[in-house]
Amino acid sequence: MKAGVGVELENLWVRFGDFVAVRDASVKIEQGEFFSFLGPSGCGKTTILRTVSGFQEPSEGRVLIGGQNMAGIGPNKRPTALIFQNLALFPLMRVWENIAFSMEVKGHPKEARRKRADELLELIALGDQGDKFVHELSGGQRQRVAVARALAAEPQVLLLDEPLSALDLKLRQHMRTELRAIQKRVGLTFIYITHDQGEALTMSDHVAVMREGVIEQIGDGKTIYGDPATAFVASFVGENNAFAGTVKSIGARHAVIATGVGNLRARIATAARGALKPGDSAMLFIRPEALDIAETGSSGDNRLVGRVVNEEFEGQSSHVFLEGAGGAAIKMSLTNRGGQSRGTGAGTELTLGFDPDLAVALPSGALSAEE
Amino acid sequence: MPMTLAKWFKGFVDRNGIGMAAFMLIGVTVWILVLIVLPQLAMVDFSFRHDLPPGKVGGPEDVYTVTNYLYFIFGNPGNPDGYNAVDVLVFGRTLLAALFVTAFNFVLCYPIAYYLAQVARGGWARVLALSLVVPYWINEILRAFAFRVIFGDIGLINTVLKQLGLIDNSIDFIRADVALYAGLGYAYVLLMVFPLYNAIESLDRNQIEAARDMGASWWRIHWRIVMPFAKPGITSGCTMVFMLASGALAAPQILGGPSSLWFTQIIYQGFFEYFNWPRGAAYAIILLVSCMAIVLGMMKLFRVKMGEIGR
Ligand SMILES: Nc1ncnc2c1ncn2[C@@H]1O[C@H](COP(=O)(O)OP(=O)(O)O)[C@@H](O)[C@H]1O
Ligand SMILES: [Mg+2]
Repeated sequence: MKAGVGVELENLWVRFGDFVAVRDASVKIEQGEFFSFLGPSGCGKTTILRTVSGFQEPSEGRVLIGGQNMAGIGPNKRPTALIFQNLALFPLMRVWENIAFSMEVKGHPKEARRKRADELLELIALGDQGDKFVHELSGGQRQRVAVARALAAEPQVLLLDEPLSALDLKLRQHMRTELRAIQKRVGLTFIYITHDQGEALTMSDHVAVMREGVIEQIGDGKTIYGDPATAFVASFVGENNAFAGTVKSIGARHAVIATGVGNLRARIATAARGALKPGDSAMLFIRPEALDIAETGSSGDNRLVGRVVNEEFEGQSSHVFLEGAGGAAIKMSLTNRGGQSRGTGAGTELTLGFDPDLAVALPSGALSAEE
Repeated sequence: MPMTLAKWFKGFVDRNGIGMAAFMLIGVTVWILVLIVLPQLAMVDFSFRHDLPPGKVGGPEDVYTVTNYLYFIFGNPGNPDGYNAVDVLVFGRTLLAALFVTAFNFVLCYPIAYYLAQVARGGWARVLALSLVVPYWINEILRAFAFRVIFGDIGLINTVLKQLGLIDNSIDFIRADVALYAGLGYAYVLLMVFPLYNAIESLDRNQIEAARDMGASWWRIHWRIVMPFAKPGITSGCTMVFMLASGALAAPQILGGPSSLWFTQIIYQGFFEYFNWPRGAAYAIILLVSCMAIVLGMMKLFRVKMGEIGR
């Protein structure tokens, strides 16, 4: 098995006619890391992957793999292996022939192919399934065969296009762990595409969040979640209560935003430092788990009042949906201890509070449409 | 099995109503019986009879015989060769030529079908498909004559070649059977393209790209991925072209060289020049059975199952 290499995109543009699918993307992916592109469907993730694998020529900019410019090098000559969104296993070949196809291409004799295929089948815990056809396997097994087939090509970069999207939730969670384990074992660079933020956060060393062809933020999972760079990232990654308003005052690290539910104080996101001035329109994001019930009638900057519309008891936590001033929808998640719900019934008026360090202020911008 | 048939029948009646169901079932049965089964059986019956003048039909001499089949192999009893050299030779040559036409047709049509199915997009693909169909609005005889015009002594190709100074005397494309093969090949382009197109079109593009991603060359992608996938289409296309080419009559009549007979022409002569219907029938059945045997043999060779073809 060869070692992984780094991948770099330099000011990459991809256009289809007048339509811009990827807009000035620059990313540096280190060798051996698990890197994810995260974004809603149609934001250009697959296009980026196809550009790295060589099926799509950049309109502008460069793709470097292992420091080498890939311009003019076809997909069959690149050290990458692509796992397709629908896996694209060959239905008329046996499982082992599928896995050994890249060796067949290189002209290895049949015994060597079979031997290597069996080794890889062991690696993916399908040792005795080599003589089956693909349609005789379960979804998770096919998934693993696709990984084995890609690994058999001895790539230095493995590209995965939403490979888990067809699986049910349980299997998906299991395969996340499995894929991550395989990646650690083989030490290859994995470039992973997903529209599922949970998937991106749990598996990746770094995540690039995309919207409409633009990379909005690159960072590790904690940064993306805790310190979003744009309003879109804040609303797309995880759940967030968004309040639009104008900047009332600016401090060294905090800003007070006048919103429909009152004046709220929040930490200014790192990417927005220096970008917000009093009077600017801004957005304030509070995670549901950052909200808590405050003493009724207590006052201060970070108080908002809402009427409980609905409450979902989920065992370890309860989700309380409230309606704030001006009809603002507010979600609060409370941790329950010992099965004891802390919520209150529908119709109750509650005063909520939050720690300003757990909320972020950002210049206003487009939000995620997926709600 | 009887249960499922009964269930199918009930479902069929429920879906269509009793009147429509009866009409369709009876219609289809009559169609198959009257237009297909009975004439063929009559032909088989004919082929085992003596060629008798009308007065003796039904008389004591009208008994079953295999003379017509023996005649194909041995010819007349006084034949010095001991076997029917002319007919057997023409028969063999016809089958070989039909195989050749089929192979030629496949080689010609596969790239077209692949291009139409996987590469061409939108309006351009439609224009291309239309340009394949339009020539078939002209009837078969006219098309054959058009090929005579193209390949004739003072035809298009000879004229152009002469103008370019490449040749001094006309090439006799008709005698060399070039015109015949081209005409036959062309006549069946659609019959080959459509089943191939159908099969290739349903192939997931990602399969091709996956193979390419793993370093496969173009010919390997076709050999290992596209062709195995399209095998049912290839089989039905080749079967139709082979059957129709070996049974063609108009094209060989019009485009065939003076010295080359197609077996169908001998059958035709049997019926309409010698008025020997039993021999004509026997020859027709020999051709039919041989062609079917060849097709089944090929299917076995390429491991195609009957059920796959209709897909
Ligand atoms: N070959 C193409 N021709 C025209 N438009 C394309 C092509 N491929 C992708 N697109 C468009 O580019 C955008 C991004 O597509 P894609 O990269 O597949 O998105 P994602 O994988 O993030 O869902 C989509 O709007 C899509 O319609
Ligand atoms: Mg995609």
